[in-house]
Amino acid sequence: MTASDKELQSFRAEVSAWMKDNNPSDPGFLLPQTFMEVGDERQLEFLREWQHKVWSAGYLGMAWPKEYGGGGVDAIFQSIADQEMRRHGVPICFNVIGLGWAGPLINDIGTEAEKSKYLKGILSAEDVWCQGFSEPEHGSDLGNAQTRAVREGDEYVINGQKIWTTMGNFAKYMILLARTNPDAPRKYDGLSYFLSPMHVPGIETRPIRKITGEYGFTETFFTDARIPADCLMGEEGQGWKIAMQTLQYERGAEAGAAGGQSMVRVTVDDMIEQLDGVQRDGEPVLRDPVVRDQLVQAIMEEKALVLGDRRARIPHLTSDYPGSLPLSNKLRATEMTRRMRQLAINLQGAEGALYVGDDEARQGGFWQRAYFNSFSATIGGGTSQVQANIVAEHILGLPK
Amino acid sequence: MAVLGNLSLSFSDEQAMLLDVAREFCRDKSPIAAVRAQLETPTGFDEALWQEIAALGWTGIALPEACGGAGLGVSALVPVVESMGRAMLGTPLISSALAGQLLLRAADAGQIERLLRDVAAGAAATVALLENTDWGDEAITVMLDEQRVLHGCKKFVADAGVARLIVVSVVHRGKPALAVVRAEQVATALTHNTLIDQTKRAANIDFTGVQVDENNVITGAKVVAALRDTRLIGALLVAAEATGTAAVCLDTIVDYLKTRKQFGKLIGSYQALKHPTVDILTATDSARSFIYHAATLVGDGALDQDAEIACRMAKAQAGETLLYAGDRAVQFHGGMGFTYECDAQLYIRRAQWSQQQFGDARHHRKRLATLLLD
Repeated sequence: MTASDKELQSFRAEVSAWMKDNNPSDPGFLLPQTFMEVGDERQLEFLREWQHKVWSAGYLGMAWPKEYGGGGVDAIFQSIADQEMRRHGVPICFNVIGLGWAGPLINDIGTEAEKSKYLKGILSAEDVWCQGFSEPEHGSDLGNAQTRAVREGDEYVINGQKIWTTMGNFAKYMILLARTNPDAPRKYDGLSYFLSPMHVPGIETRPIRKITGEYGFTETFFTDARIPADCLMGEEGQGWKIAMQTLQYERGAEAGAAGGQSMVRVTVDDMIEQLDGVQRDGEPVLRDPVVRDQLVQAIMEEKALVLGDRRARIPHLTSDYPGSLPLSNKLRATEMTRRMRQLAINLQGAEGALYVGDDEARQGGFWQRAYFNSFSATIGGGTSQVQANIVAEHILGLPK
Repeated sequence: MAVLGNLSLSFSDEQAMLLDVAREFCRDKSPIAAVRAQLETPTGFDEALWQEIAALGWTGIALPEACGGAGLGVSALVPVVESMGRAMLGTPLISSALAGQLLLRAADAGQIERLLRDVAAGAAATVALLENTDWGDEAITVMLDEQRVLHGCKKFVADAGVARLIVVSVVHRGKPALAVVRAEQVATALTHNTLIDQTKRAANIDFTGVQVDENNVITGAKVVAALRDTRLIGALLVAAEATGTAAVCLDTIVDYLKTRKQFGKLIGSYQALKHPTVDILTATDSARSFIYHAATLVGDGALDQDAEIACRMAKAQAGETLLYAGDRAVQFHGGMGFTYECDAQLYIRRAQWSQQQFGDARHHRKRLATLLLD
């Protein structure tokens, strides 16, 4: 089912034209840059409508089977559609846990019944999904999850607590990692994986107010929540293995994800552009020698990251510490983003002190909010400090 | 992505082969004891080793086949120079390569063949450009008069003591020109510099009174661009060398952190040392990406804006990276780091020297700002 270059080219032109024509105009409120920033119903409804539109046009789930709402074509088409979405700066396809985690997993190892029940709702945005892996006491140590699931007849009874549940308050379903066997010799072997409904008695979500003042995550409490036994995915004890498989779809459509851009990329270019009209000492801010030096350093940092991706593919030029570029990428990219956004605010002059909600805030306070949100990436998925330890120990071989 | 501009980075089979050979050669021939043995010698390098380098073809690697070179361009010099930096191997290779590039880019075919044949075969050469302490001041005051007699001094001429040929930037008939001077013409006019990096050699040269051969004067429209490009290529080669040195400096730090114990623990287990060491790794990674990006863009023709940006970024990144790595190497070795015996001193001295060649990081960032923001 390989497509010719010509076919791909004309497909790209088609998607590009569609994105250009259908890119929604400014809704008058700040849109989330990532799926972790969906804070209110207004944003949710806007994004739900947008994702539905992209899917209806045939540009989402293109490589998923037709009978479950997909397009049934090669994943290369979805990759092209994703590139065009990014290029046109359209809003995100927000149902990320469904599109990029649960969906591809169900597609790969789900039963016929699971596929029929879940996949189409993920694509159409009718069913929002969330993820229940992290727990308050265990940070990134997933293997140590303590939320209990006890089999009682045709049901599992769930007790425990999850945290950092993105869109937990909007979600209909959760991929849930819970402990079915607390006595397993290896902690990993006691875990099981569930496709759990959220709207059942005993499951409560409490929105977490973020540093931005907005919402996006919840805590999720399970108190004798009863879910049907057939929510178990695979078999008891396979939870860890399935959770690890879930994380592999992050690599995009070619890896099985439904596609759609999951975050709006913000570049150093965007930062420089936003300084248009800002004055410093009575001159355009871009004339200030200190500012210029800082901007050049920011440009170099971003350029070094991109060039590093290229160099990582040349074995001869990575022989010193193989793996150093990919393994340090998260650390470098997230820290760079944080610093760049902080700089963006600092360069706004007195306006830098305004925030979302003030009519005079530059771009509606976009950079202020983006700076605060950037900490979610320097903290989530292993803090930068833990990342630095990992690089030091795994790449440089330094002692623990 | 407009401000990021050109993002190409390619690496040819020839470069790969050269990198393999150069790394192995430099590692075998230039262990740290050999480096130290040259610190106080007049020339700073082993003549027999230089002849081996010439026999390997490195002195002609970027020179055209017409004068006995391999015609592989500056991109082939980068892996060689990086490998030399890694082994702290001091030789006049960078100086000779720059003299070659300057002539190649400014002279006519006959001059190139006549002047560069010996250079390709291993005669050391150098360029004399700087007249004061400011790499940002490109004005030339050394004058070549109507009788082709030189007037004026150049400063910090690298490898002046061993160069058989010195290519001097001059003003001739009111325009920038080049004068090629033979070593014997300035034998008594050298004032040797005492450099912070003891693996390097340089001297001030008073050219006043030197009569330049008619055939050794290069004028014409290409001179200005050739001088500009040679400075940029100089920045790139020093950056490549500094990147190699940063890599070996990192290895030295890592080795020490894995073996030295304090308070009953290997010091590498302390995050206060671990995290800056990761910073050195990632900075060195950036420097390496920039030098091979620049190597991808620098050809034999006049450098375009992408190539200029790449060379400047390479120098800005590599210079600061080595400075940070060398500085932390001294600190992390504790009391040992304060001694002459500790190799950290070699790296921090090289760092200070590298930073000052062909403009420091601020110099290049200032010019990058103009190229990127205006």
